[in-house]
Amino acid sequence: MATPTIPIPDHVEGAFDETQPPKFRGTYLEKVHGWVVTVDHKKIGLMYISYALIFLLVAGAEALAIRVQLARPENTAISPLVYNRIFTMHGTTMVFLVGMPILFGFGNYLIPLMIGARDMAFPRLNAFSFWISAFAGILLYYSFIGGLGLSGTGTAPDVGWFAYAPLTEKPFSPGHTVDYWAVSLLANGIGSIGTAINIIATIFSMRCKGMTLFRMPLLPWVYLTMSGLVLVAIGPLTAAQVMLLVDRYLGGHFFDTQMGGSSILWAHFFWIFGHPEVYILVLPAFAFANEIIPVFSRKAIFGYPAMVAATVGIGFISLGVWAHHMFTIGMTSFGNAFFTLSTMLVSIPTGIKTFNWLATLWGGKIRFTTAMLFSVGFLFQWLIAGLTGIMLSVSAWDWQLHNSYFVVAHFHYVLVGGILFMIFAAIYYWFPKMTGRMLNERLGKWHFWLMLVGFHLTFDLMHVPGVLGMPRQIYTYQADRGWTVWNEFISLGGFIQGAAVLVLVYNMVHSYFRGAVAGPDPWDGWTLEWSTASPPPDYNFAVEPVVASRRPLWDLKHPEDPDSAVE
Amino acid sequence: MRSSRRAAFWAFLLSANAVRAEPILSPTNIFAPVSTPAHEVHSLSLFVLTITGGIFFTLSALLIYALVRFRSRPGDTAEPPQIFGSTQIELAWTIIPVLLITMLFLGTARVIFAVEDAPKPKAALEVVAIGHQFWWEFRYPHYNVVTANELHVPVSSAQSYRPTFLKLTSADVMHSFWVPRLAGKTDLLPNRVNEMWFDPQVVGLYLGQCAQFCGPEHGKMLLRVYVDTPAAFDAWIRAQQTTHADAKGANAALSVPNPNPVAGFPVNTPPTLGGTNGDLANNSQAITAPAGQQVFEHQACINCHTVAGTVANGRYGPDLTHLMSRDTIAAGIAKNDHDHLLRWITDPNDLKPASLMPAMHLTDRQNEQITAYLLTLR
Repeated sequence: MATPTIPIPDHVEGAFDETQPPKFRGTYLEKVHGWVVTVDHKKIGLMYISYALIFLLVAGAEALAIRVQLARPENTAISPLVYNRIFTMHGTTMVFLVGMPILFGFGNYLIPLMIGARDMAFPRLNAFSFWISAFAGILLYYSFIGGLGLSGTGTAPDVGWFAYAPLTEKPFSPGHTVDYWAVSLLANGIGSIGTAINIIATIFSMRCKGMTLFRMPLLPWVYLTMSGLVLVAIGPLTAAQVMLLVDRYLGGHFFDTQMGGSSILWAHFFWIFGHPEVYILVLPAFAFANEIIPVFSRKAIFGYPAMVAATVGIGFISLGVWAHHMFTIGMTSFGNAFFTLSTMLVSIPTGIKTFNWLATLWGGKIRFTTAMLFSVGFLFQWLIAGLTGIMLSVSAWDWQLHNSYFVVAHFHYVLVGGILFMIFAAIYYWFPKMTGRMLNERLGKWHFWLMLVGFHLTFDLMHVPGVLGMPRQIYTYQADRGWTVWNEFISLGGFIQGAAVLVLVYNMVHSYFRGAVAGPDPWDGWTLEWSTASPPPDYNFAVEPVVASRRPLWDLKHPEDPDSAVE
Repeated sequence: MRSSRRAAFWAFLLSANAVRAEPILSPTNIFAPVSTPAHEVHSLSLFVLTITGGIFFTLSALLIYALVRFRSRPGDTAEPPQIFGSTQIELAWTIIPVLLITMLFLGTARVIFAVEDAPKPKAALEVVAIGHQFWWEFRYPHYNVVTANELHVPVSSAQSYRPTFLKLTSADVMHSFWVPRLAGKTDLLPNRVNEMWFDPQVVGLYLGQCAQFCGPEHGKMLLRVYVDTPAAFDAWIRAQQTTHADAKGANAALSVPNPNPVAGFPVNTPPTLGGTNGDLANNSQAITAPAGQQVFEHQACINCHTVAGTVANGRYGPDLTHLMSRDTIAAGIAKNDHDHLLRWITDPNDLKPASLMPAMHLTDRQNEQITAYLLTLR
């Protein structure tokens, strides 16, 4: 069992659970029942993560179908109707069924452990949020069967993940495919808001003794900001879905341009949600970097107060930049200039974060574990994604780049090169805590290098056809445009990334059963989750911890040089 | 071979103000501008690339240095000194980005106002562009000309400066007008009119396509802009202004009342519809233009298509009055010749799987006849 590494006040006898787990572990049904009815934040977190990983494989397969079709000009491997469904489902799935749940999953699992709590503030709300999100995902995919309703064969929605009106209106999208999309995102939004409320309440009211807000690890801080953004951003999305459904079934004309509605109105509603959404997804990736980079550099995070300020700053600024998705929609010159400036402002706090990570590495003793390799990949790719972001914020240049493959390359740099790389890092870093087993480092290195090569082959090259005039969301292209050779290599890179993900899947399954036993603190970490057993017992901490600094385990391991002395 | 490729690569990167008829790598390269708005964006993009490139090389160098210099050595288990921050350094890397952003913003703002708020000269050509699923309609209101998919505009030279100002709108869903060498894109929205302009300085053909997802055939909604010399442009306009009212043959004009009206048909029904034309009645099986016109006008074709000067006055599909003056059909995806026209009429889904034009299920002979007729629409 775990050796206590946190000082127990007054040496409470029997504070640690010494009982051996029973030999008989229950029937299969009992186990399933246990997972279904659980309100434990760790189990819910793991369900979120597994649910997201399954959808990652599904949406990844969809991405490969897209790449098969685009590998050749005038290709007829996939019909235009099917192609449009596939890219719509790929985008919607990756954002709503992979990105948000996996990040909520890590948040759910880690926040109570990091702030020394025994569960989330509202365990039942937590379970409800997960199950309604799971329902939303199944509903969206049920559209493949039920999409066109009783009168036709089933199809999935085919309007793009941002579903611009009036293409989504009845005259242009008959049947029920758009309804599945709208209702599914509506349900998913309810789950997201529930979890966001839960995270905020947990962070404000469940911190252990001694943990002031400014002694909190950075991860909860980032999740606090992210949850605030969820509360603000999901509302407009939900409102827009309701308006769309009113249009489609109750004779409303919000977006029905044939009856005087406005297509720009939808764009505003969607991007008022859509841009904060980018930060909802990317902030947790920052959070993982904030935890992983210091531990493997063996140094405290550089500029903690600046990191907190930058995080909250990004949250606020990101609420005022949405129309940079609409530079070509016909805004006034003043409007374009305003959103150029507001978008550029985001780069200041983001720059501060990047510099602080660099300064954390500086003077450290860097250990290149797989988790650290992915974090370094993230740093490098995040830099490029940020710089192409600045290029796109230059609205005049965006008139050329908007809706081209340059944009596709940019946001995949953010979502794959930034977020997915950090999710992989987080999996390698916290898998031992969650399962008690180490992931295989050798397979991990294979995973990393394959992923890195595939990623750069695909997404570095993808900028080029964008600059050469290739718009996004086209199911095929003409051979005379000079886009062919680029697309061939982009597709090749896609399949290398697919192979990399399969290595990860194999590694996770293999290590879950056969991996080396992790012990409570395999990485020599500093935050509270490493003070309890791996996996942690139901109640997390036998005795509620008491902390005196930002790195309680550092204080414990280095009594000669405790953080609490410098704070 | 390799060195010439490398040279081409650098020329592509550095083609600051080079104007070429045939750009390297692609006919839709945004780094090969031939018109003022595209030029403005292009110079701005080089300025932005310089700054972002500088940031990229500085930071990656620092990152690589840190990773190599500060890697842990085997056997060294001591912890490094713990540093928690430094106000001066953090202030520095807040202020430097602020300065860079100020530069970038001012440079951008200049181009936004220069391009978007450019005054419209008196001489400017006005064109109304209407997006349809999945083709383009172009109207020249001052010339009473309507055409589809292939936009003709005059070249703008120092001697005769004649920019083109487009008013953009849509008949159905959102579209976006993008011809990268002429200007950035502008969306076409239903219920709204957007504007854009360009002043191409080199005669030639410029390609582009719809850049806003608009439904199943979004990928085959291509655009062709022909920049003509002023004389060629005027000649083109004059040719487009003619109608088929004065065309020879059995089917004369609608504007002229039918000299032999048939009971039960309106007086201005053309002779072909009344079946009063003896010549044609004898030859209705022949694959000729008049026979084709008869089929065309008896079928639903005329509900969607216009052939000025005949009964065909539909507005839903492209105007066919001067169909054969265009190089391509179906929004730029196929050559406009007998074989492709026949294939298209027989089943549009063959060339463009989700096109809104239905297959009319006519006989092979009728399809041949219609094709023969269309080939006369010059």
